[in-house]
Amino acid sequence: MRHIISILLENEPGALARVVGLFAQRSYNIETLTVAPTEDPTLSRMTITTVGSERVIEQITKQLNKLIEVVKLVDLSEGAHVERELMLIKVKATGAQRAEIKRTADIFRGQIVDVTATVYTIQLTGESSKLDAFIQAIGPNCVLETVRTGVSGIARGEKTLTL
Amino acid sequence: MELLSGGEMLIRSLHEEGVEYVYGYPGGSLLHVYDALYRQDSVKHVLVRHEQAAAHMADGYARATGKAGVVMVTSGPGATNTITGIATAFTDSIPMVVISGQVMSYLVGDDAFQETDMMGISRPVVKHSFSVKNPQDIPEIVRKAFYIAQSGRPGPVVIDIPKDMTIPSERFEYSYPKKVKIRSYNPPQKGHSGQIRKAVELLLAAKRPIIYAGGGVILGKASEQLRQLARLLNYPVTNTLMGLGSYPATDRQHLGMLGMHGTYEANMVMHHSDLVLCVGARFDDRVTNNTSKFCPDAKIVHIDIDPSSIAKTVSVDVPIVGPVDSVLDEMLEMIAEIGDKPDQQALESWWSQIEEWRKRHGMRYEKRDDGLLKPQEAIEGLYEATKGDAFITSDVGQHQMFAAQYYKFDKPNRWINSGGLGTMGFGLPAAMGIKMNFPDDMVVCVTGEGSIQMNIQELSTCLQYGIAVKIFCLNNGYLGMVRQWQDMNYEGRHSSSYMDSLPDWIKLVEAYGHVGINVKDKSELKGALDDCFGKYKDRLVFVNVAVDPEEHVYPMQVPTGSMRDMWLSKTERT
Repeated sequence: MRHIISILLENEPGALARVVGLFAQRSYNIETLTVAPTEDPTLSRMTITTVGSERVIEQITKQLNKLIEVVKLVDLSEGAHVERELMLIKVKATGAQRAEIKRTADIFRGQIVDVTATVYTIQLTGESSKLDAFIQAIGPNCVLETVRTGVSGIARGEKTLTL
Repeated sequence: MELLSGGEMLIRSLHEEGVEYVYGYPGGSLLHVYDALYRQDSVKHVLVRHEQAAAHMADGYARATGKAGVVMVTSGPGATNTITGIATAFTDSIPMVVISGQVMSYLVGDDAFQETDMMGISRPVVKHSFSVKNPQDIPEIVRKAFYIAQSGRPGPVVIDIPKDMTIPSERFEYSYPKKVKIRSYNPPQKGHSGQIRKAVELLLAAKRPIIYAGGGVILGKASEQLRQLARLLNYPVTNTLMGLGSYPATDRQHLGMLGMHGTYEANMVMHHSDLVLCVGARFDDRVTNNTSKFCPDAKIVHIDIDPSSIAKTVSVDVPIVGPVDSVLDEMLEMIAEIGDKPDQQALESWWSQIEEWRKRHGMRYEKRDDGLLKPQEAIEGLYEATKGDAFITSDVGQHQMFAAQYYKFDKPNRWINSGGLGTMGFGLPAAMGIKMNFPDDMVVCVTGEGSIQMNIQELSTCLQYGIAVKIFCLNNGYLGMVRQWQDMNYEGRHSSSYMDSLPDWIKLVEAYGHVGINVKDKSELKGALDDCFGKYKDRLVFVNVAVDPEEHVYPMQVPTGSMRDMWLSKTERT
């Protein structure tokens, strides 16, 4: 099953390498990974999406917790949460297709952020499945390039992952 | 406030941690530090002949004392040579602090002379590592390194120091932090009382119990509590390879080692038990055999300070995360408070079953009548000669298993071996590290003619520092354990397991300034050992013992089977 693990990490050189190294060393999957400093500059927030059995996910969280630089972590998929991913996608936009792509982008609440005579660059935000659905909707054949940030997530309601 | 250079701060900080010896090898990037070492006399340096041995010396010291051993090496090859030693310590959770030099910080990344990414190369085999960015940080980093290495589940910590952090002319105010706090590191101080209560209830209700105790009992200094609990309940105890000595081996309730080369009775008891109390062990594959067939009728209680060891390979009914000593203390209190006793009738029939299993194999082996020693006999001879009171280190292979099976360890911290990583070449330097710190004790390295050659150069270090360890080499002319597997699984095709062109051991050790004794058959063993611990008490003695090359280690679990599936001899299977 897919899990979203959110980690509060010391913002120190080498901390990221330890997390990534752990996944490689113990043969765990990383599907997406995002990391950036938080409002407290001594801390980074990292979100990892991974796939594995319950036993593997339990080991992943335990092993992550053992890393000295990991301050706290939570498996967001265990509760209600919001997840978002941003995609920039460059598509062929010529002839009749041009209007159709614009309409589809509107339906998905995408924004066209760059335009040439033959190309649209569209920015799209949402759950990963929505981004996948957009690519399906416009047809993979007209896609020239995609870039995705990976998943960021946060728990719903009062719950916070802070010090 | 005192002004010190980075190098001086490092040495002073080690002194503040109570370090007497550091084991190492100098080189370019650490020369400022070595100069600081030279200009003081509280911290002594031991010059090894290969950096791997420095790590094993520190490791041996740590295993015998529970305190972190300290290694000091230069950048590049100096640092990489310690990796096997660091990994050995990591796998067995041994506290160690490794100080590695690094090229000037402004050269890092330029492929400078003797530059390697020590932080990167050591990452998978350390508990934590630090790279020094400012000389002023050195005291705090050292304090943190010792704290991390020695607390919680112990392990090795690397401190990588670029040369320009230690420049003698650059001096800073020095003060050593009394306490250190790491907000993201809080090892558990006690177990969860609710869980402990559940465990006690299961324990008291058990009809066929077994206590399975590992190296965590030794690391957690809980041997006394383990003994009290086992005695109070009259439950049988088995030890892992790493746990030997945590419960007295000569005690009636001790069933010996369990697992791949465990005793028949220990493995049978495990398989048929209805309750396994695991204390500080980790259900390693060399213990469980096939996990899907492991202890089919047992409820499992697992006490460990590291939550990631729990339910890693085997599902557990009652997990307890905490230091083994305090958890066992709390269990003892609760049992006293509850006042119940286990079912005595059930326990009696359990013990009579155990005694039957004990009789079945009893670790017997066939002696030869042509005078050639069996390796088991040699270990028994060593046990008698040392009255069971020596520090025994070992290398890796058949001799290691024979030592574990036939030397009865009654005290913790006396059996020193590379159980997890299985590092050949560990035994001699580990013994050296122990002997330097316990000069009046007998320290014996049980080894084979294969393993000993992996760090034989340390005979030179032994002469320089007068380290009178004894090397007890079971020489069968083969890489015995490899040969055994080839005999059993490859129809006796001995691919590269025969050691040709062995040195003349006596001449070799004499060339290094030590004493060598050949034991060609049984009749020579006692005399050799008497000389070893008598006439040559203060010398390093290499006892080269010719043993039966055909011998196998038994019992041996059958691969993919359950705990009870064992070969008991070359021809007998359960």
